[in-house]
Amino acid sequence: MGRFHAGLSVEYGTQVVGGVHPGKGGTAIDGIPVFNTVEKAVAETGADASVIFVPPPGAADAILEAADAGIGLTACITEGIPALDMLRAKRSLQGSTLRLVGPNCPGVVTPGQCRIGIMPAQITRPGPVGVISRSGTLTYEAVDQLSRLGIGQSTCLGIGGDAIIGTTFVDALRLFEADPETRAVILIGEIGGSAEETAADFIRDEMSKPVAAFIAGQNAPPGKRMGHAGAIIAGGKGRASDKIAALEAAGVFVAPSPAEIAETLAKNVPDLSGS
Amino acid sequence: MNVHEYQAKDLLRQYGVAVPNGGVASTPAEAEEVARGLEKGLVVVKAQVHAGGRGKGGGIQLAHSPAEVKQVAGEMLGMTLKTDQTGPEGKLVRKVYVESGSEIAHEYYLGIVFDRAEEKLAIIASTEGGVEIEAVAAKTPERIITVNADGGPELPGFAARRVGFGLGFDAVQVKQLEVFLSGLFRLFVEKDCSLAEINPLVLTQSGEIFALDCKLNFDDHALYRQADVAALRDPEEEDPRERAAQEIDLAYVGLDGNIGCMVNGAGLAMATLDMIQYCGGHPANFLDAGGGADKEKVKEAFKIILRDENVRAILVNIFGGIVRCDLIAEGVVAAAAELGIEVPLVVRLQGTNSEQGREILAESGLDIISAETLCEAAEKAVAVVGEG
Repeated sequence: MGRFHAGLSVEYGTQVVGGVHPGKGGTAIDGIPVFNTVEKAVAETGADASVIFVPPPGAADAILEAADAGIGLTACITEGIPALDMLRAKRSLQGSTLRLVGPNCPGVVTPGQCRIGIMPAQITRPGPVGVISRSGTLTYEAVDQLSRLGIGQSTCLGIGGDAIIGTTFVDALRLFEADPETRAVILIGEIGGSAEETAADFIRDEMSKPVAAFIAGQNAPPGKRMGHAGAIIAGGKGRASDKIAALEAAGVFVAPSPAEIAETLAKNVPDLSGS
Repeated sequence: MNVHEYQAKDLLRQYGVAVPNGGVASTPAEAEEVARGLEKGLVVVKAQVHAGGRGKGGGIQLAHSPAEVKQVAGEMLGMTLKTDQTGPEGKLVRKVYVESGSEIAHEYYLGIVFDRAEEKLAIIASTEGGVEIEAVAAKTPERIITVNADGGPELPGFAARRVGFGLGFDAVQVKQLEVFLSGLFRLFVEKDCSLAEINPLVLTQSGEIFALDCKLNFDDHALYRQADVAALRDPEEEDPRERAAQEIDLAYVGLDGNIGCMVNGAGLAMATLDMIQYCGGHPANFLDAGGGADKEKVKEAFKIILRDENVRAILVNIFGGIVRCDLIAEGVVAAAAELGIEVPLVVRLQGTNSEQGREILAESGLDIISAETLCEAAEKAVAVVGEG
């Protein structure tokens, strides 16, 4: 999978300078050199970003290896990392300079420039809207809706569907608020946890740019895990209705259905297309 | 993954966490035998099902002699127990747990959970035991003590002291709690629990503390390294469709509507359910075919969806990223041919290789209702079952 998606990223114009596979150092795949360790790969190529396709048992270790090697940004695609592994990994990352995106995420695309991960980049187009989402395919849905309205994206970021993740909604919102290329943001949340409520507080207190949102799982039964490890209403917490209320109270335009995510933004924020 | 109370208590014993003496039984005679091995006096017979609220439904009964235990177990085994958590259909009782009764002075709540906001574990305790902690949190949040902890390997001693003194224990009882809680914490981190709940934790009139009831949930993603925990799975307690889906690595949740759904990606799958409801329809299931969806998986997914007799139409909603729409289309065609799908099929393919996918469907000669957007797909599915 790493090889397939690295190929697509190269096609998209991303500078893929190396791969890491313990035991296969010194070989090359599709003309890209392979190293035994991330440390070696960074030393030889100067890589400053990475993407992790390592299976669940070794994925948390791979995240720590990226941090140790001084990687600035890594997207961890792996789904199914034990929750305690992530809890411990995040503790170990305190004080490191690594920005972790995911795990259980599709990665990051800056349309026209760079693709890290597995997103279908052909549906994106450059423009002024930042997209952040806990879901991969629902990100594609929103991006597709935007592109069909002629509205491009500054960066699309899947933050992952697990309970414990690296970059949070608030982290991403802060980056979009500071990004001169971004004029508005779409936030796609889902049931489980309280990340959307925390994001709502941040939007109310610190965001000047308009935000539209959709929360998936409005009819999900409590106590059932809806695919994503983090998508569960537990102990009366994590309901979509509470998240929607918090976002609306913070001035966010919440789409009534998943088919109207882009439309909701376009209706409330003029002149996003064609720029 | 959930386990039964008797399995949870076995694990507690292994970690030095105090529980009353007791044993599991599948027949009235076995129950009587277990009771004979316990201290004389009050004995509690508890139905073993994966659901809380057993007491109210008649799933927890008292007995005063081994003979009475046999009689009570005879009534309980084979009964269908209905509680707030079993759903209206109830759960068949196949095993009972027979346990020494206790002279209870006070009941407390003690739990270990993942604190997602803090990205730590949280020890939660309350003087209000034997009731739902959510209700306590809503009504009297000041009666809840929360102490955060890292992911192990040991619980710092101060955490247990904060909990113990916070609950109003004396110094001797706090010492007992330190042993109890450090054992529970080691169990949590060593066995990859996602929830450990002792409700109630009891203080007896003679000053002992132990776990009267216990609920353990385990992280499904860690079962690969917890073979002994995985072996505790009781398939009888699981929804047969959810179990079949899990075996082939699909995420499925049964719902009570009539539009079957097959979607890739959990977020899009949830959004598809939302869209169907928004259009006035009722989804029959959540199904995330996952990133590895191919022809074979699609066919298996159809089989699971069609096990639900309420399904009167199936909506396939695929946004290809990792997933290739042409492979999905081949799967739809193969499933339709082999399974003889008689309900209408609404298919929406977008993203990677969607053109090829649509061509495959068009050339198959199958009677498929195709849709371009999410909205159109949901509207067509709702219309075809005659709602909305």
